This record gives sequence, structure tokens and C-alpha cells, in this order.
Amino acid sequence: MEQRAFEGEIEYIQVMDETGNVDQSLFPKDLDDQKILEMYKYMLFARANDAKTLSLQRQGRAVTYAPLLGEEATQIGSAYAMRKQDIFVPNFRQHGVFLMRGLPLEWMYLYWRGYEEQLPKDVNGEAIIVPVATQMPHAVGMAYAQTYKKKDAVVIVYVGDGGTSEGDFYEALNFAGVWKVPLVVIIENNQWAISLPRGKQSAAKTLAQKAFAAGIGGVQVDGNDVIAVYKATKDAIDKAKTGPTVVECVTYRLGMHTTADDPTKYRPDAEVEIWERRDPLARVKAYLVRKGLWNDQMEKETSEQQSKEIDDAVERAEQFKEDPRSIFTNVYSFVPQTLQDELDDAEKNNFWQEGGK
Amino acid sequence: MQANMVTAINNALELGMRSDENIVLLGEDIGKDGGVFRVTEGLLDKFGEQRVMDTPLAESGILGASVGMALAGLHPVPEIQFAGFMFLGFGQLVNHAARYRSRTRSSFPVPMVVRTPVSGGIRTLEHHSESPEAYYSHMGGLIVVEPSTPYDAKGLMLRAMKMNDPVVFLEPTKLYRLFKQDIPEDAYEVEIGKADITRKGEALTVISYGTMMPIVKDVVAKKGVDAEIIDLRTINPLDEKTILESAKKTGRVVIVHEASLSFGVGAEVAARIAEKAIFELDAPIVRVASPSLPYPFPGYEKYYLPNAMKISQAIDRVMEA
Repeated sequence: MEQRAFEGEIEYIQVMDETGNVDQSLFPKDLDDQKILEMYKYMLFARANDAKTLSLQRQGRAVTYAPLLGEEATQIGSAYAMRKQDIFVPNFRQHGVFLMRGLPLEWMYLYWRGYEEQLPKDVNGEAIIVPVATQMPHAVGMAYAQTYKKKDAVVIVYVGDGGTSEGDFYEALNFAGVWKVPLVVIIENNQWAISLPRGKQSAAKTLAQKAFAAGIGGVQVDGNDVIAVYKATKDAIDKAKTGPTVVECVTYRLGMHTTADDPTKYRPDAEVEIWERRDPLARVKAYLVRKGLWNDQMEKETSEQQSKEIDDAVERAEQFKEDPRSIFTNVYSFVPQTLQDELDDAEKNNFWQEGGK
Repeated sequence: MQANMVTAINNALELGMRSDENIVLLGEDIGKDGGVFRVTEGLLDKFGEQRVMDTPLAESGILGASVGMALAGLHPVPEIQFAGFMFLGFGQLVNHAARYRSRTRSSFPVPMVVRTPVSGGIRTLEHHSESPEAYYSHMGGLIVVEPSTPYDAKGLMLRAMKMNDPVVFLEPTKLYRLFKQDIPEDAYEVEIGKADITRKGEALTVISYGTMMPIVKDVVAKKGVDAEIIDLRTINPLDEKTILESAKKTGRVVIVHEASLSFGVGAEVAARIAEKAIFELDAPIVRVASPSLPYPFPGYEKYYLPNAMKISQAIDRVMEA
């Protein structure tokens, strides 16, 4: 006897193509042009914000930074689908999601200056996580806590294409499948993990299909199509009560991995040019212009307004006064005597008198 | 109630879970099977599978999910089946559990108690006998406790479950069922960060914890030496005050632990005494520990672990100096 022990297929969704034409049969019922306009403004904002941080880094006013250029649709589309009560778990490149979730801008500039002060808890479930996939099990635990506490909240976690190779990615999906937690995994597949291309990251045809091994569903979308990303995320959130979903967003990192690497060293310009033509903002703009909802003058005014907000935030962030005591006093819920002794030693003997230099 | 360490911890978990519904247990084989050492026996029946979860077999997943639960308002008590397997989740502990409160200036505390059996002497398979306390103490951010008696195990566990911090709770397998003690049935707490002077003495100070404690007590009793015996109970943060006071009083110090000698807890304790009390010592500090090598296969265990002879000779050495 021979029979199929498992069957599965990964659907690929694109709603708006590169020229801004929309497939009406797939257009989400709860979206309208005003909402698309709103998403577009957030995408512009995310891009402007990104350019500013990059420029601050180049001026020595920010630490190593991971730009999001090219990934705006993946971030804004998925964040736009979240409800207020939903919990967002970032990796390290989701500045656009933070923006949409309402994280005060100066907080972000503070972070990229090297300070993480009092992250507001209502914006997201956890802080920026650097080791590419360790946030995945956290998200599962958080999602479990929502069910346990009978809360109507879904956890949305981000991971990159490189992160899907990590053990924690697989362990987390496996836990999520067994526990059937309200979780949405956004794979922000920007096709390059520093210098390693997607093809060398995994032999799997899609990253979404990794969900199958954990007994959960997956879908792949055009990650440069903000409507497709919104739709897939919204659908996943809507059915999260019945279990988790993996949404792979196929996008492209137009910039460097971080300010510490030079992508021209490892990838061909021709490839970048192809993806520049698939710019996630250009197609939405074309759509809105055709509908008479947007023009260059409006774009100019919006950008000026956003630049002003950004500059104000940078100024506020740069006024921040650091407190070296705070690294000692926040390690535990109390200050152990041995640590207090080390703090006293530093203060009494003026180790900080030259500002740590 | 008469309790060995297994029943004492089991009792503490039950009392903690009764008083705080945010406490959930998770781990491999902790539910139906009650844990491979039976520490969680009966708790699944009492609290249901929402609170006592048999998890898939993945240590990083268990510890990472626990971090997430803690961030979302629960107080997880994960069990890692053996300390040797906990290294698979080491990153979750050092990169996240230990750092979260500090990096976010206390806006994201991580209240959790990670339980794991430690140390050897019971002829187990490879990776079932590690003494990892120094690793977890070194980076800061994790509280590390290791009881040596049923009384302390219950009191430390009840305290740990109330702390808004990540606590690594190390349970010496050799002591799980070694002896029983009469302990209170009700909840009580043993202070974390406080060593216990289990015997007052004037001639020398013997500092130890975990599996070595019963042997130390035995050797001191048999030798008839007037030793002050300190059970650290909490490895991090270290109770430096108790250590220094005793060292200054007796002027002679032996430090005994099962973990291997180099870069161990004994080095930390000895260094603190050397820095702050060296002129009040009458003899060099002596450390007794396992040799600086990976834990051997069970056949060689008897040549590896510190024994009564080794401890006795160390005491003679500091007394004769």
C-alpha cells in the first residue's frame, strides 16, 4: 500500500504589482484608499527615519546601525494589521514597526546612541533582540501567557532569512505548534544575511514551508507589496486563536546589513538594480497618484513635516544625560552588597571623573 | 514534616503555586512522569496541564519560552532535566534572562526560577554530573543558589519564587534522597544572598556548599577540630560579609567544592579573602575541588570527586602552617 503521509503547499500572494495595479479579487475587504494612503505616509516616515539614523552613524553620532531601506512594505504592512492589544516582538531591524506602533522617536535615537532607557511596555512585548532568532522562543512564551491569562492578544514576532537557520527558530515553531499559541511569525526575508545569499542559507524552496515541520501553516507574500503583507498578517492574526501562522515576506535589503559592512563586496550591482525597480514605495505612490490622492507637492510637504519631527526627536535624544550608577542599580530587583561595594569604589575614587575616558 | 530534598522542593513548588497563580512549571517529563527525579510528582494532578507542562525536548526552547512568559507577566519555573543539557539553552540565560532588567533599566524584569539537578557521585551517564555554578555566576544578572539540606531547599525555593529576578536553582542529585529532616509544613523563606554558619568554631573556617557539605561536616566531626563551617547556599550574590568575618576570626580557611578547581567559586572566595583579610590570616588559603578536567565517565568518578581524605588533609595543612 502506498499513500501520501503529508501534503502541503505554499501559496504566494501579491495584491499590488510593481506598477501599482491591484488584483481586486485579492484586495482585503477592510482596506480602503485612505488606509493605503496612511500606510504610504508611514513608509515614507520609516524611510526618512532610516536615512537620518544612517547619516547620524556616518557622523559618529550613532552606534552600528542596521538599516531597513527596501523593507518598508514588509514592516508597515504587517504592523498596520496589528491591533492595539497585540504584542510585537522585534529582531533588530524593525524600526518601521516600532514607528507604527507609536514608540517615541527619541527613544529610537537614544537606542542608536547606545542607551536603552525605560522602553515603554505598551508599544511592544520586548526590546530589540540582536542574536537573530532567540526572540522566537520568547514570542512563544508570551503567546502562551496571553492564552493563560485569557487575553485577546496575538504575538507577532519578526525573524530574518538568516534567523530561520537557527535552532531557536525551529524549537520555537515546534513549541508553537504543540501549544497552538496565538502567534504570527513574520519572516522578513531580505535575501541576504550579511554576505550569505538566501540560496546558501537554505535549500528549502520557500522559508514559509519550514512551518510544515512544526505542524503549522505558512504563506509567502511579495514583501514589497504592502497590501499583500497587510492581508497575510491580518488573516494570520484573525485565525491566531486556532494556532500560529508563518508569513514569509520576500523583500530585499537595498542597503548594507549594518553600517559595519560594504555590500558591494559580496553582491552584484545588477541584482540590486533589479530590486530597486521593485521599490515598495514607488508602486503605492503610483497607485495613489493615479487615484488622485497624492502628488509631488503633498509628498514634499509630508516629508518636510516628518523631517521636522525627526530633527526634534534627535535633538531631544541628544540632550539625554547618562547616569553611570544606573548600570549598577538595575541588575537585580535589589543591589547586592558586593555590587554596591564596586559602585561605591567607583564613585569614591572618581573613576568616572573624566566621563569614563 | 519529615522531608528529603525531593519532597521539600516538591512541597515548596506546591505552596508557591497555591499562593501565586502566575507560577507555571514547564520541562521535559515533569508532568505525567513527575520529573526524572520525581521532584514535580503529583503537581500535574493538583494544578492541571495549563500550569504543569510536559514540553517538547528542547532546552533552549524551554528557557527561551520561559523568558517570554516572564516578560508577559507569568513566573515560570522551568526544569532542565540535567545541568549538562542546560548548556543548550545557555544563550537564553546569559544573553537574555541575565541581561534584560539591566539593559532596559528595570522596565523588563525576568522573574523565573530555573531548576536543574547538578553534580555527580551517583554513577550516571555522561552529561549528568556537571557542577556549573561558576558559569551562571560569572556574568552577573542571574541569582545562583544551591541548597544542601531539605530545609534550605524549601525555604530558598519559596523565596526564589517571590523574587522579581531570574534565579538558577541548582539541586545536587546526590543529596536529593541522602537524608531527611524535620521541616515546617507551612511556607517559610530562607534569605537569598545569606550564607549559613552550620557550625561555630575558632580554629579554622571551612567554606563549602552543595554535595560537599555532608562530607565536610562529617570530616570536621571525626577530626574533632574546632572548625567554623559555612554553607554558602547562595553562590551569586556571594555573602562576603559572613565569609570575611569568619576568616578574620579564625585566620585559617579551607574552601571545598565539587566543581573543578580552576576558575571556580573557590577562586572567587579565596580572592575576596586575600584582598580584604590577608593580613589577618595565619596560613595560606587552601582549596579542595575536583581536578581541572572534564567530568570523567562513571568508572573514574571515584578518582575525581573530592573525598574525606582530601578534605581532611587540607584541614591538616592549614592547621600546621
